[in-house]
Amino acid sequence: MSQGRFGIHGGQYIPETLMNAVIELEEAYNHYKQDPDFNRELTELLNEYAGRPSRLYFARKMTRDLGGAKIYLKREDLNHTGAHKINNVLGQALLAKKMGKTRLIAETGAGQHGVATATAAALLDMECVVFMGVEDTVRQALNVYRMRLLGAEVIPVATGTGTLKDAVSEAMREWTSRISDTHYCLGSVMGPHPFPTIVRDFQAVISREIREEMLKKEGRLPDAVIACVGGGSNAIGSFYHFIGDESVRLIGCEAAGRGVDTFETAATIATGRVGIFHGMKSYFCQDEDGQIAPVYSISAGLDYPGVGPEHAYLHDIGRAEYVPVTDDEAVNAFEYLARMEGIIPAIESAHAVSYAMKLAPAMSEDKIIVITISGRGDKDCAAIARYRGEDIHE
Amino acid sequence: MSKIKEAFRKGKAFIPFITCGDPDLETTAALVRAAVANGADLIELGIPFSDPTAEGPVIQAANIRALSGGIKTDQIFEFVRDMRRDITVPMVFMTYANVVFSYGAAGFISTCRELGIDGLILPDLPFEEKGEFLPLCREQGVDLISMIAPTSEDRIGMIAREAEGFIYLVSSLGVTGVRSRITTDLSAIVQVIRENTSVPVAVGFGISTPDQAKKMAAVADGVIVGSAIIKLMEQYGKESAEPVGAYIKSMKEAVSQAAAHPDLPAGPDV
Repeated sequence: MSQGRFGIHGGQYIPETLMNAVIELEEAYNHYKQDPDFNRELTELLNEYAGRPSRLYFARKMTRDLGGAKIYLKREDLNHTGAHKINNVLGQALLAKKMGKTRLIAETGAGQHGVATATAAALLDMECVVFMGVEDTVRQALNVYRMRLLGAEVIPVATGTGTLKDAVSEAMREWTSRISDTHYCLGSVMGPHPFPTIVRDFQAVISREIREEMLKKEGRLPDAVIACVGGGSNAIGSFYHFIGDESVRLIGCEAAGRGVDTFETAATIATGRVGIFHGMKSYFCQDEDGQIAPVYSISAGLDYPGVGPEHAYLHDIGRAEYVPVTDDEAVNAFEYLARMEGIIPAIESAHAVSYAMKLAPAMSEDKIIVITISGRGDKDCAAIARYRGEDIHE
Repeated sequence: MSKIKEAFRKGKAFIPFITCGDPDLETTAALVRAAVANGADLIELGIPFSDPTAEGPVIQAANIRALSGGIKTDQIFEFVRDMRRDITVPMVFMTYANVVFSYGAAGFISTCRELGIDGLILPDLPFEEKGEFLPLCREQGVDLISMIAPTSEDRIGMIAREAEGFIYLVSSLGVTGVRSRITTDLSAIVQVIRENTSVPVAVGFGISTPDQAKKMAAVADGVIVGSAIIKLMEQYGKESAEPVGAYIKSMKEAVSQAAAHPDLPAGPDV
């Protein structure tokens, strides 16, 4: 069996044409992750350019309002480019540069990963092409403009459902046709090995910082860490350094769309089953013949029919819990956090906020919850306004 | 051993690819008969997949047409069972790993054997992952076809030594689809393959004209054509059997002009 397994999940289910490319990537990564110069350069970029470490903010008003566990917000929304995506992109872009690549390609859903990739490409003088589902280019028009402003080419993908999964497929096709100068800067903990591991390692900075800061502030570990899960990169980054601490509940919030009892959902672990797609074995929303289902969520970043293989494994062994959150619940949480704390979260992150709003009152006041605010919500304002019946456009 | 080697015993093989159920199975049946009548040596039957990541736009569209017609894996099995009453030419399924996995690999592969399907091509199942299906394929005598690409380099020997049925040599980088030129040095790759196995080699991806087919047949044992046929199906729909048949005839004639695999003994003329 191939490398890169998380229990039965993971693997390298990709065309032969790409095999040497992923092997080369793995070798380069294994070399550079131990290279002090690489790590120094990356840390400098993360700190000086992206603004790390991100804040672990005690949400006093929200805590008082919900009347239960203390709530901390891990503010990945304060990173440069407005989301956690930059953590992974700076790592991969620097790695690609060391490998002699001159061109980055990426998929994007909400546009946050595309913007981060376009940003890194501008900074490191690399060419950049971003694939984005045509539906998402409409939902997230502002991010399309940002990517172009940063010098990237944005290619709208009209195949399939015109969303994130189709953008991934098209980026994979593009990589198959141009490998020697091109690195596929995958945005989540998904795809073939070594991507789920590389992306997790670059995102693990989130839980490392939560852990250090929490020990400083509270002298102990949190009782629960909550994050939204599409492919699952901010969630695995938030969970990683707590996996060994059984006292810390790890909760991933999936996008249930209009509900897990409808077809208009993207809650993979709640409604999917094990399959093989986009280079990995994991849970996927699919029909009885293995055809990938056309999923739906108000959140373009969570609108994906699969989940990263390490999440599938954490689910299988019962180490992490995965809960569905509907569009309605996420929109309520989006508005709640704005009014309560003056923080507008990405609609993706609002899924995590929503579950915390249910959980916190059920926990006692001496308990601590951390919610990862994976991104900022400016990009979502027009769409949420429309959801509420206000016809505003960017 | 499956019947696949027979396909390469009568000189250079021509292998058409047809997406099942595009636009319906009656048309697929007519196309298979037309392919056999016009000299196809082996037929690659595509089981549609919703998100075929190794395909270019032409075959992607064929998958969508077939799936929007409501085609199911079990219907394709019944279709093959029906065809096998009189069609004896070797046939392989080409689909994606999830279609097999989701059906249940053991059930899928034993059904292949039962239907007289000789091999299985899964473009998202590289050498490292074939252990998932290979023991079941061996048990049932269904060849799991190995693919080799222009980027395989140091992997060619490893893949070739374990290859069964035939080797699917990908002509160039990228996904399936018609190409005006193929610039990969295929003869160098074929030479390394020959040093490691006597399993025949068929070249696919990007081949559409008789001239290209003849050139490819000169370096390998067979030629696979998909997108060019699917384009005709896209154009002629339910009436595509005749133009596809004529096209296959011209392609078979072109590949026949190249000399046969030296290591394969000539079989009986069929």
